Amino acid sequence: MSVLVNLALGLLFGLGLVLSGMSDPAKVLNFLDLAGSFDPSLAFVMGGAVLVAFLGYRLTLTRERPLLAPRFQLPTRRDIDARLIIGPALFGIGWGLGGFCPGPAFTALGLGEAGTLVFVPAMLAGMWAARALAERRG
Amino acid sequence: MTELSSTGFPLTDFTPVASFLGGALIGLSAVLMLLVEGRIAGISGIASRLLPPYRDDGFAGRLAFIAGLIAAPFLVGAVTGAPVVQTVSSNLLLMLAAGLLVGFGAVWGGGCTSGHGVCGLARLSPRSFIATGVFMTTGFLTVFLMRHVIGG
Repeated sequence: MSVLVNLALGLLFGLGLVLSGMSDPAKVLNFLDLAGSFDPSLAFVMGGAVLVAFLGYRLTLTRERPLLAPRFQLPTRRDIDARLIIGPALFGIGWGLGGFCPGPAFTALGLGEAGTLVFVPAMLAGMWAARALAERRG
Repeated sequence: MTELSSTGFPLTDFTPVASFLGGALIGLSAVLMLLVEGRIAGISGIASRLLPPYRDDGFAGRLAFIAGLIAAPFLVGAVTGAPVVQTVSSNLLLMLAAGLLVGFGAVWGGGCTSGHGVCGLARLSPRSFIATGVFMTTGFLTVFLMRHVIGG
């Protein structure tokens, strides 16, 4: 059941990425190009996503528990550490270089562009390295 | 041929309605993830836990979610009858560096555009506001340097 639900949710998320245009690195890079061929569309993607999630989360969290899990698992940390600056700073540089963040990179995978086929394994390697380094540092 | 800007980069159309509706679907997926599974729909969290070490029994669900992402453009293509158009850089060294930075940075900072940028902002999490502000800023600066200082 959970597998089918996750497949459907991944598909829905991916449809949103494709319909919104966020799956196209050219559109992402133009959003980030304030001084050049600026395309503000991605602000509307974020606006639509955050608005629906904000309202939906409020409604959902009035429940005792989720439908298929014993309890809600929400992030509880509130501290601001160096990792919260360094990680997103590096992430943004990579995002600005390639125009891909993780979701769109996966929706692009099956389309088979050479740049994507290099990006996705490199991204997974970077994720693995960050987890390994975080575990070593404790 | 895609139309190019004066600096030689592909122009894209401003699509406020499609982008807002697509964003709403992303938000809906995130809400349903919380409603059904009780979890945050953070793509970097889901993808990074496809790799060892494994701490729980959520592997199959995570793989299914990623499979759904990969299948999405094919469903769109089948329904609309037109293939999904995208422009990916063919500079493979650049894409290698970009992938390493995105993957490392997303996990090191505890989330990416989805986990911090959508789910975190929707939860009004101070950490996510900071993370989103930082990656937007370095994203803007990187594109400015690459396109207007260094040049294509």
